[in-house]
Amino acid sequence: MIETYYDLMRRQGISRRSFLKFCSLTAASLGLGDAGAQQIAQAMQTKPRTPVIWLHGLECTCCTESFIRSAHPLAKDVVLSMISLDYDDTLMAAAGHQAEQALEDTIKKYKGNYILAVEGNPPLADDGIYCIPGGKPFVDKLRHVAKDAKAIVSWGSCASWGCVQAAKPNPTRATPVHKVITDKPIIKVPGCPPIAEVMTGVVTYILTFDRLPDLDAQGRPKMFYSQRIHDKCYRRPHFDAGQFVEHFDDAGARQGYCLYKVGCKGPTTYNACSTVRWNEGTSFPIQSGHGCIGCSEDDFWDKGSFYDHLTTIKVPGLGGAEGTADKIGLTAAVGVGAAIAAHAAVSAIKQARSKTRNDKVSEVEK
Amino acid sequence: MRVERVTGRVLSGPMEDVYVYEAPVRLWHWITAFCICALVPTGYLIGAPLPSIGGEATASFLMGWIRTVHFVAAMLLIVMFVLRLYWVFVGNHHARAIFIPAVWSGAWWKGVIGQAKYYLFLQEHSDNYVGHNPLAQMAMFANFLVALVVIIVTGLGLYAQAYGWGSGWMNAFGWVTTLFGTPQAVRTAHHLMMWYMLLFIMIHFYMVIREDIMSGGTVFGVMGSGIRMFKREPKP
Repeated sequence: MIETYYDLMRRQGISRRSFLKFCSLTAASLGLGDAGAQQIAQAMQTKPRTPVIWLHGLECTCCTESFIRSAHPLAKDVVLSMISLDYDDTLMAAAGHQAEQALEDTIKKYKGNYILAVEGNPPLADDGIYCIPGGKPFVDKLRHVAKDAKAIVSWGSCASWGCVQAAKPNPTRATPVHKVITDKPIIKVPGCPPIAEVMTGVVTYILTFDRLPDLDAQGRPKMFYSQRIHDKCYRRPHFDAGQFVEHFDDAGARQGYCLYKVGCKGPTTYNACSTVRWNEGTSFPIQSGHGCIGCSEDDFWDKGSFYDHLTTIKVPGLGGAEGTADKIGLTAAVGVGAAIAAHAAVSAIKQARSKTRNDKVSEVEK
Repeated sequence: MRVERVTGRVLSGPMEDVYVYEAPVRLWHWITAFCICALVPTGYLIGAPLPSIGGEATASFLMGWIRTVHFVAAMLLIVMFVLRLYWVFVGNHHARAIFIPAVWSGAWWKGVIGQAKYYLFLQEHSDNYVGHNPLAQMAMFANFLVALVVIIVTGLGLYAQAYGWGSGWMNAFGWVTTLFGTPQAVRTAHHLMMWYMLLFIMIHFYMVIREDIMSGGTVFGVMGSGIRMFKREPKP
């Protein structure tokens, strides 16, 4: 039997008397009366902690690195007190056959009740041969574990969008989780990596309310991904004033001006970096003087330079020709201008010729 | 004066002046033109801002004003476009010409081909048309109206992005971002459409001047008075 919240509170030194007081107080504050207090106590004593299985596919483990640095709540509290992390190849003590046994046991024991957290994504090319954890293609393992999961959390840009391993031409056909598993609710928590507090925040929300957070149209939790970096950026006043960093070594850079002109993707990136920040709220990329690269957006790796905020686009039908919208537009304008000039010239000649002809005709008529 | 009903082609004389563009259509044309004159430079400067200025951030609002002008002009353009759509239903039949080209009519297609031949110098003379000639209708529909709709829709999508997911604006126009995939893609599309609009304006200017000189009817003044006058009778 897995530990309940009551067991956990007892383990942390809270007496049964205090526990019951807590339940009565909570019921009173919610206006529930006597019966309510008993129901809360009952729930706390019987409801097991949510089991979580954490899989690693084609990835770099930066999501885990970020997760274990969470400060509010501390990662240790999440792992040791809030959830029951039954399987995580990176963090678990067990290894080899023991670890794989733990995975199978969890799937069997909590069928339909566990949360599956996926870090990285499955490569589909050549039957998934490019990612083999535990001797089997990762895509098979993912399908196997996802079958009986209650919900799936896609950690990071790899699981959410594909990230760098899915960059063109994507030789291993790395594919985001939602394109492989289509019959389960999926929460995308993109970012490369996602902010630690965003990760633990999502887990905490699911545990506290026993339901998934509100998601936006792209499947990301609204509470962390509904605002653009740009709109909450502390350098925004410099943008509105027209004060920009032109080069990374100019006076504007030293003054902390807006990084828009050196390619900051803040205006097209939905994430919480400019509000939650990183490393216990110490800083975030823009604060350290570098533009946002838009790592939590789909396709950010294939959008051209990190130092130009215009996307490099391929011109259809012109082989490999590519350029920014301005380059393409200007070229087209010059082309159309030349065509107009040529057409005007031919028109003028035609007009002049027909005039002389008409004059001749009228002379003959005279 | 006899006129072919579907295409507006003048069949035979004597030539008369015709009231083609009613006041709301002309007003729409000029306000839209005015808005585009404000939108293109401000839009370009949003994409490629002016050189950085110094001083305290509180002392200036340059980029802010550029964006404000862009948004105000855009809203005006959109409102005028909606009113123009209303006029498609209640205006005279020339108000419908560029919105509903008569693609189902053989005579109309004949007009398209004839006019195209004339522009390719394969045909000596063009026909006189009361309103837009069929090729012009087609070009206006494909190169202006469709472009205008795309630029309005992507613009509204971008405008909504600033309000964030879950806001009223995003509930109304978040689908644009979803359709294009990423906010960056909407930006690129909007930016490209600005250039497309510029190409349209170049061709529009050229055609207005050329037609005014070379065709059988007046063109330049028609958007002022609404009245088209003819210089010569149709060639038999």
